[in-house]
Amino acid sequence: MNAEKQYIDFYKEVKDTIAERSSQEMNTCREAALHTFATQGFPLPKVERYRYAKVEADFSPDYGIALTPINGPLPPHCFRIAEATPYARTLYNKVADTSDSIVALNTMLSVDTLVVHVPKGTRVEHPIQINNTLKGEQDTMVCRRILIIMEELAQADVIITDRATSQSRFLTNQVVEVVMHDGSHLSLYETEETHLLCTRYSSVFVRQGRNSTFHHTNLTLFNGHTRNRLDVQLQGEGSEVTANGCVIADKMQRVDNNTLIDHQVPNCRSNELYKYVLDDNAVGAFAGKILVREGAQKTVSKETNANLCATRSARMYTQPMLEIYADDVKCSHGSTVGQMDDAALFYMRQRGIDEKEARLLLKAAFITEVIESIPLESLRDRLHVLVDKRLRGELSKCEGCKLCQ
Amino acid sequence: MTDDNSFVREVAEKKYEYGFTTDVQTDIIEKGLTEDIVRLISQKKGEPEWLLEFRLKAFRYWLTIEQPTWGHLKMPHIDYQDISYYADPTKSKNKEPGEIDPELMKTFDKLGIPLEERMALAGTAVDAVMDSVSVKTTFREKLQEKGIIFCSFSEAVREHPQLVRQYLGSVVPYKDNYFAALNSAVFSDGSFVYIPKGVRCPMELSTYFRINARGTGQFERTLIVCDDDAYVSYLEGCTAPMRDENQLHAAIVEIIVNERAEVKYSTVQNWYPGDSEGKGGVLNLVTKRGHLRGANSKLSWTQVETGSAITWKYPSCILTGDNSQAEFYSVAVTNNHQQADTGTKMIHLGKNTRSTIISKGISAGKSQNTYRGLVRVAKDAEGARNYSSCDSLLLGSQCGAHTFPYMDIHNDTAVVEHEATTSKISEDQLFYCNQRGINTEEAVSLIVNGYAKEVINKLPMEFAVEAQKLLGVSLEGSVG
Repeated sequence: MNAEKQYIDFYKEVKDTIAERSSQEMNTCREAALHTFATQGFPLPKVERYRYAKVEADFSPDYGIALTPINGPLPPHCFRIAEATPYARTLYNKVADTSDSIVALNTMLSVDTLVVHVPKGTRVEHPIQINNTLKGEQDTMVCRRILIIMEELAQADVIITDRATSQSRFLTNQVVEVVMHDGSHLSLYETEETHLLCTRYSSVFVRQGRNSTFHHTNLTLFNGHTRNRLDVQLQGEGSEVTANGCVIADKMQRVDNNTLIDHQVPNCRSNELYKYVLDDNAVGAFAGKILVREGAQKTVSKETNANLCATRSARMYTQPMLEIYADDVKCSHGSTVGQMDDAALFYMRQRGIDEKEARLLLKAAFITEVIESIPLESLRDRLHVLVDKRLRGELSKCEGCKLCQ
Repeated sequence: MTDDNSFVREVAEKKYEYGFTTDVQTDIIEKGLTEDIVRLISQKKGEPEWLLEFRLKAFRYWLTIEQPTWGHLKMPHIDYQDISYYADPTKSKNKEPGEIDPELMKTFDKLGIPLEERMALAGTAVDAVMDSVSVKTTFREKLQEKGIIFCSFSEAVREHPQLVRQYLGSVVPYKDNYFAALNSAVFSDGSFVYIPKGVRCPMELSTYFRINARGTGQFERTLIVCDDDAYVSYLEGCTAPMRDENQLHAAIVEIIVNERAEVKYSTVQNWYPGDSEGKGGVLNLVTKRGHLRGANSKLSWTQVETGSAITWKYPSCILTGDNSQAEFYSVAVTNNHQQADTGTKMIHLGKNTRSTIISKGISAGKSQNTYRGLVRVAKDAEGARNYSSCDSLLLGSQCGAHTFPYMDIHNDTAVVEHEATTSKISEDQLFYCNQRGINTEEAVSLIVNGYAKEVINKLPMEFAVEAQKLLGVSLEGSVG
């Protein structure tokens, strides 16, 4: 219980400071969150959804905790929670799984919430980019909270990027809540390019209304330890979700993606594609569950997880799950773990491409399927470049920052 | 539509065929589980000291652990003190030694089990186990000529103690899980098979299990040792009378496969599934595991699961020998309120090991059918290969089909594939059949049988016929 204790003690100490800097709707949720966190503690690996995460070890180091509210000018449709509409404020902590202790820890310690609120029928022309740059000399923990509200027929692209520019240890605990009204459309992209000392816990909760479409892409290009959770509730008929992700990991990196797509009503579609390239001693985990509730007829769902292990010591845990309580559905899932195609390698070697380059091309081609599914062209192009750089080992040594030892 | 309904009614009212009881004097010990009971069972069976020690160690360990709850099952509360752990139907008073009660003979005749050598044409050696005791094992002498040992577990303990002692608990240790510990403490009878080096067993070996007495559980133990270059095909069948209480069946099957040996293990499980309201039925909580010790060895599990109120078992393979091969073929059918959480574990330890998993789930009525499987490739298991395919078929809108595969890959040379689909019978297929004059129920039966064919084909012939019939009985009532 020691790891939990330092957070509880810290909270009790700075409770008043947090309350002062924060808003009322956030403060009202704190005590319940403290109770959840204190009674449950950090989830152990025997909790099914945390099977592959080492939560206690990740949260044990002594971090300074950042308690700064959001500052600086915000792009259109973005607000601090105190300045958001009363309706938006009522939605705070309503979509997130409040019984989860990692979420509870975030609720307890977050000082501010970034609200992205797109009004009815509005199409946001330019993508909204939320850049999180971690820098500082001290080991720091950051609790970040984002609430996205898409009103009826609204459309937007949101990009969340995580970067780290100094060589300290960072721990990010992010909670994103998304409320999508009927007919709205949201593409949410998350990219992570941090360094080996960074730990990221991200929980994204989405609630979708009728005929809404949600497109989520999660790219882990460089990290230390990462756990991403994505929970999507399809609550309106005709809604559709696409959840894609790719992971490139080497050295001692660890990436765990845990998704739940909950089909609550008939006639919804979901599509999931996750691809991992693991090198050196990297550990990858993917656990995706498709839940089709009773009565959710005509559900069409497809889940694919493909993994490439490039070394002996790389490990992959994969768990694509289907839980189905309705009969008129089409659900499938597939999962593979394997190596590079020898025939393809041979083909390239024959044509004078050296082995290293050939392997690199194959890895890049493997990942391409995920990148190509991104509707935003400029981002797609940028990501192709980033992936290529990453595979060549250049991303971890780019100029201007000391990302990697 | 009226035709459909009358058919549904007709089949839904179809009784569980094997639900009769046998009126035979049975020696049942009092209910409850204490150290004294464990000693009493051991004493009744006249067991040596080492086996009693084994039981007691298991019992003491069992007391320290709790019943697991992770299965996707709604498990009724099991009162372990309300079960009698030993029932012996062979204990008639006025009986010549070696003679079988005619009532028992009738029971097994009714079940179609050839207990007498007159059934030699059937070409199967049978060990029949009723409640806690093996009733008769056929063809023993003939098998003995080849050096094959096929007898009840109790006899094996008496006649081949060194073999039993060497292998008992070597694949499923008593600390393995809750039910394994329980079984290790109170196990009664079961079969013991030893195939010596280079011998190909000339006939199918088979064990028939039946629970008869009320308020008892069955805790049998099967141990199969297949030495170098040997081969055996082993079948297991089970039935129980209809009762409105839940009866517990917690067995252990251990299989040891040495170099270049091959074992085929087939199960047709048809324990009483409970009535259409979900009352009664057998709780089938079994630990089955094979250890492929030798290089180039092969083990194949085939199971057709149609009975039991709850089925919770994972016949598994540990592939230690290089180039060893394991297969798992399963059809699990659940209807009414039945629940099944079944699958397999393939643990690849040796080099170039390969495993295949084919699982077909069929759920109907208000049942829940879960496939849960683990494929683990250890760090040194170079060139391991696994292919898993799990399909679920849903008949009816109130049932559930779930797939929880786990893959833990610790080696880069492994190639592991998993795929699963869940769907109902396609309208197109039905329409195609209807168009050609095949009515809906026949069409469904045709499609379901075709769907399960891949697994049923792996069964020995006599069993395949029985399994096909069982599929029909278990399912056709649910077409709607």
